Amino acid sequence: MIETVNLTKHFDDFVAVQDVNITVNPGEVLALLGPNGAGKTTTVRMLTSIFTPTSGSARVAGFDIVSQAEDVRARVGVLTEGHGLYLRMRGREYLDFFGQLYDLPAERRHTAPQGLAERFGLSDALDRRIGEYSKGMRQKLALVRSMLHNPPVLMLDEPTSAMDPLSSRQVRNAILDLRGDGRTVLICTHNLPEAEELSDRIAIIRRGQIIALGTSMELKSRLLGPPLLEIRLATPLNGLVDDLSGMVEIDSTGHNWLRYRTLEPQTINPQVVRRLTGLGIEMVTLSEVPQSLEDVYLRVVGEGEPALSGVTEETE
Amino acid sequence: MATLAPTIEQTGSGIRRSIALANWNLSRALIVTKREVQDMFRDWRIIAPTLVLTLIFPTIANWGAGRMIGFMSNYGANLIGERLVPFLLMVVGFFPISFSLIIALESFVGEKERHSLEPLLATPLTNTQLYMAKVLSSTLPPIVGSLLGVTVYLVGVKINIHWLPPMSLLIQIILMNLVQAFVMVSAAVVVSSQTTSVRAANLLASFIIIPMSFLIQAEAYIMFWAQYDVLWMIIAALLVVNFLLIRMGVRIFNREEMLGNEIDEFDVIGGVKSWWRQVLARRTDGTRRSAWRWYREEVLTPLVKLWPALIIVAVVMAAGYFTGLRYANIYRIPSEAFDTHDWLERFQFALNRASFGSIRGVLLVIFQNVRVLAIASVAAVFSFGVLALMVLMLPLGLAGYLSATMVSAGIDPVEAWTAILPHSLIEIPAAIIAGAAALRLGATIIAPPPGKTLGQAWIEALADATRLWLTVILPLLIVAGCIEVFITPYLFGLVAGR
Repeated sequence: MIETVNLTKHFDDFVAVQDVNITVNPGEVLALLGPNGAGKTTTVRMLTSIFTPTSGSARVAGFDIVSQAEDVRARVGVLTEGHGLYLRMRGREYLDFFGQLYDLPAERRHTAPQGLAERFGLSDALDRRIGEYSKGMRQKLALVRSMLHNPPVLMLDEPTSAMDPLSSRQVRNAILDLRGDGRTVLICTHNLPEAEELSDRIAIIRRGQIIALGTSMELKSRLLGPPLLEIRLATPLNGLVDDLSGMVEIDSTGHNWLRYRTLEPQTINPQVVRRLTGLGIEMVTLSEVPQSLEDVYLRVVGEGEPALSGVTEETE
Repeated sequence: MATLAPTIEQTGSGIRRSIALANWNLSRALIVTKREVQDMFRDWRIIAPTLVLTLIFPTIANWGAGRMIGFMSNYGANLIGERLVPFLLMVVGFFPISFSLIIALESFVGEKERHSLEPLLATPLTNTQLYMAKVLSSTLPPIVGSLLGVTVYLVGVKINIHWLPPMSLLIQIILMNLVQAFVMVSAAVVVSSQTTSVRAANLLASFIIIPMSFLIQAEAYIMFWAQYDVLWMIIAALLVVNFLLIRMGVRIFNREEMLGNEIDEFDVIGGVKSWWRQVLARRTDGTRRSAWRWYREEVLTPLVKLWPALIIVAVVMAAGYFTGLRYANIYRIPSEAFDTHDWLERFQFALNRASFGSIRGVLLVIFQNVRVLAIASVAAVFSFGVLALMVLMLPLGLAGYLSATMVSAGIDPVEAWTAILPHSLIEIPAAIIAGAAALRLGATIIAPPPGKTLGQAWIEALADATRLWLTVILPLLIVAGCIEVFITPYLFGLVAGR
C-alpha cells in the first residue's frame, strides 16, 4: 500500500508538493488528477524513492521511501512519462535486461515477458527492434516492463496515452485485473473518463496540494451539489416554477423545461410527478442530468479557485 | 529479495563482508555495463572509429616508425628513431583511450536526453552500482581497443624492425593507459551526472582534455628522454586522482539532481545572495543575539568543527619546515657565499627600503600574506585541496631551509629565530586556519555532506571560509603585520646588537 504523511517537496523557493496526505490500500486504484505542473510527477518520483522529500514521510509496500529506498524501488513498477526505451534493443532483450535488474530468475525472465506481451497483443513484436515499434507499442512495452517483476505497487503515468481504442481497452482491463489481484495502483492521467472508470478514488492536485479526494460520486456530490434533475413538458411552464419552488430547489428553467436539485430524489421525485399530474400538466420526461468528472475537475482546478476545505479527508 | 545488498548474517563481518558487497555491487553494475557495451557495438558511428583507432592507426604508426628509423640512421641519429618506437607504442595505446571520454560524457546526460534515465533510476540499483556501471561501460571498450592497438603495433614492429619493448616498459605503458582511461572516464561521468545536456557536457570536457593534453606532452618528453622511472610516479599520481574522482563521483551522484534539473542554470546573483546570507548567519526566525553569542556560534563553533583539517594543515606545514631543514643539510650553500661583513646594517637597510617601520610596510606585509593565503584558497578549489597544502608548505620549507642555512653560516640561532618567531606566533595560526578553510573548500567538491547538492555545500563552505577570513584570519594577519614591521625588527636589533 501507499501511505503519505504531510509529504512535501520544495525546489529551492519553489513549492512543488505541499503536505500531501493520501492512503492507497491494496486492491485499490487511486487516480491522481491535476493540470500540468501541479506536482503529480514530483509526487510519483518521491514515492519511487527517486526524489527525497523536503519534509513529511511516506511508506510504499511497507517501506520508508527515504531510509529503505532500494526496498521501495524493488517493489514498485513504474510507467514513466517518457517511455525510456532503448531503441536499438529488441523487445525481448529489453525486458530481459530489466528482469535482470529486478533479479528475476532466468526462467521467469523468459515466461513473464511472454505472458504479459500476449496479454497486450505484443508477443509477435518482441523479437523486433524497439526502434521499429509504433508509439502505442512502445507504450505497451513500457507497461510490460513496469509489471515484469510482479510488483505489489504500480505507479502509472498516462498508461493509455498514444494508444488506439482497442489497446486502451486492453490496458484498462489489465489495470482492473491488477486491482482484482490486490495490487495498489496509482495512476496519473488527464483522461477523466478513464480515471472515473478505473479508479476507486480520485485525488485532484493543484499547485502541489491535494484539493479534493474521494470517490467519483463523493466528489460530484460535494463539489457539484445534490443530483440535478430535469423535467421536460409537452406544454410551456406557465407559472409552474412558482408552484414547485416550495418543494425543490430550482436550478434553471427554459420554455418547456426546468431543472431542480434535491438531496432526496427517491422521496421528492414522486411528489413532483404527483403534483404535475394533479395540475394536469403533460410531462414528457423526468431524468437526472449527468454530471461528469470533468465538471468536478474544472470546478476544482478552475481559475483562482481556492483550495476547497472539507473535501480532502481520507475516507478509510 | 536478492536485488538488495547481502545481509550481515549472509556474509559475516569484516573483510568477507566488504568482498561480498563489492562482488554484489560489481555483478549488478555489470548487468548495465553489458547492455551498454552491446548497444555501443550496434552503432556504426562507434564501431568505425574504434576500428580505425585500434587497427589502422597502429599499422600506419608502425609503417611511419620504420621509415623514420631508416631516415634517421642515414644521418647517424639512431637515437631519435629508437626513442620514437616506444613513444609511438604509448600513442597507439592512448588513441583508443581518448574515445572513452566521448562515451563517458554522454553516459548519464545522454540517457536523460533520451528519457531512458528515469526507468533506470527507478530500479533497485544503488548509486554506487549505477556509477560503477557507467564508468565500466565507458572504459572497457576503449581499453580493449587500446590493448588491441598495442598488440597490432607490437606485432608490426617485431616483424619490421625486430624490436620488442622491455617487459617493464610495456607494463608501464599499459598501466598508464589504463589509469588515464579511468581518470578521464571518472571525471567525464562526474561531468555527465552534473549537467543537463550533452552539449553542456561537451563544453565542460575542456576541463578534462586540457590537463590530459598537458600530461601527454609531459609523458612525450619523458619518453624521448627515456626517463621511464618517472612514468611510475605519474601512474601513482594518476591513481590518487582517480581515487579522488571516483569518490567524488559516488558522493555527488544524485538521482534527484539528474532528473530534477531541466536546464543549466548558472544563477550568479542567487548564488551571491545565498553566500552573503550565510556569511551574515542571521537567525532564520528573526530573533537577535549578542555579538559575542554570534561570534561564538557562527565563528568559534565552525572553527572547532574544522579540527581535522586544522590538524592536517598544521602537520603539513611542520613537515614543510622540517623538509626545509633537511634539504639545508643536503644542498648546502657554501659558507663563503655568505658575506657576513656588516650584514646587520645591510639587513636594516633592506628593511628600510621595504618600508619597515611604517604603516606602508604593515600594509605591504598584510597584502603579501593575504595574497599567499588567497592563492592557496583558490588553488584548493581546483585541486581538491592538495595545492593549498603545497602552497602553505613552501614558505615553511623556505623558512626551515633559510634558518638552517643561517645557522650553518655562523649566525646565532637565537638571532635567526628572533627574526621569524614574534610575528610567526600569530601569522602561522592564521595560515593554518586559512589552510583548513581552503582544504574544506576543495574537499567539499569531492564529498559534499549528505542531503546537500554540490552547489549548496560549496556555497556553505565558502560562506564559512569568508566568515573565518573576516573575523579571525584578517584580524590575525593585521596584528601579525604590525608585529613583523614594528616589533620583530626591534627585538631582532636588540638580540643582534648584544
